[in-house]
Amino acid sequence: MRIEISGQTFQSDFVKKVAEISGESVLSCNQCGKCSAGCPMAFAMDWLPNQIIRLVQLGIEEDIAKSKTPWICASCLTCSVRCPRGVDLGRLMEAVRLLTLRRNIDYVAAAKIPPDALGEMPQIALVGGFRKHTA
Amino acid sequence: MDLSYYPGCTLKTKAKGLEAPAVAAMAALGVNLVEISRWNCCGAVYSLADDDLAHHLAPVRNLIRVHEQGADKVSTLCSFCYNTLKRANQLVQRDEVKRRTLNDFMEEEKDYQGEVAVVHLLEVLRDDIGWDNISAKVKVPLQGLRVAPYYGCTLLRPQEIAIDRVERPAILHQLMEAIGAEVVDFPFSTECCGSFQIISNPDSVTQRAWDILSSALKRGAEALVLTCPLCYFNLGQRQAELKQKYIDFTGMPVFYFSQLLALALALDSRVCHLELNYADPLPLLEDKRLLV
Repeated sequence: MRIEISGQTFQSDFVKKVAEISGESVLSCNQCGKCSAGCPMAFAMDWLPNQIIRLVQLGIEEDIAKSKTPWICASCLTCSVRCPRGVDLGRLMEAVRLLTLRRNIDYVAAAKIPPDALGEMPQIALVGGFRKHTA
Repeated sequence: MDLSYYPGCTLKTKAKGLEAPAVAAMAALGVNLVEISRWNCCGAVYSLADDDLAHHLAPVRNLIRVHEQGADKVSTLCSFCYNTLKRANQLVQRDEVKRRTLNDFMEEEKDYQGEVAVVHLLEVLRDDIGWDNISAKVKVPLQGLRVAPYYGCTLLRPQEIAIDRVERPAILHQLMEAIGAEVVDFPFSTECCGSFQIISNPDSVTQRAWDILSSALKRGAEALVLTCPLCYFNLGQRQAELKQKYIDFTGMPVFYFSQLLALALALDSRVCHLELNYADPLPLLEDKRLLV
């Protein structure tokens, strides 16, 4: 797979916005992979958590936009408490999600969830899930 | 002793089995939980975006209610509520600029500076009542009940709000020991159950539930004990599907810590709402002669 990286992708608006919304220093990550090793949702992801940071560092927005990883992240913050470089990856994932949600694009449609399933779920699942996955 | 208490939405509807036995058990231990008036939803998940202050308003308003009702400490039972209230409180205490913006926005409220302390009920049991005092009040020790403590995420992460050590917490272990249960340690006790992904990616939660339950089973646990209504749902309700998928799996009761505490204190078991538990816990409790 050919990936084009340049000064432009490095300093793209996308990279700046992720840093701004998350408040995290993206370049602190040195790709040790501890986040991915301990991620309980990694089995369901396409890109691993550390790979998402790498894509953010390089400004490869298209691959991040296509990835389901930020949407599979459950914000459990296991990576955040273990990162030896002090990067809060949970906040980076939130920033990536918000860049989509703030364009009024939902990840999940409430209407498509069976009413029986919705009725049974605790309120914290509904409020939490819709906060994380809808605009 | 009166203690201010914030219940949150889930406890009044889906998680009666967490609240009712907790209120009764605390009363038996000499603590009167006083529900704050005019509370609102805490927002369930703490906003992780630096530029999003709007979502901190809901938890901060609850803390303002506590403060104006004359309390300097509020206890929570729901793990999600604990996390959002505690984190929002720390934000107000530590970030002067954001504190000012939040206070300016809520111009109808008195300025809030983070005066209230947010605690989880498990901390009250450990720090204010003490394991020895709890042990002394136990009438039905949960002898022979092999129970695996499961902590989930939001009581432990991030570090600055953790009610115990982040990687090897002991608070639930200690409570179970205090009420006479046999504690089973297992490697998934602090791993995420999949949380709100039950809305968008339920299959991934089923997988998480199996990882967690099967690990506890392998270590010889007969039941899981936890604090969070969402963990309770994900690890309980998914069992129907898991039983179909794994023929040898016959189900595993999942308890709230408050249910086991109330049983050990010999309170009327009806207060525990055991009928709401997903995997029927009655055969196990009857087998161990723990129902009075």
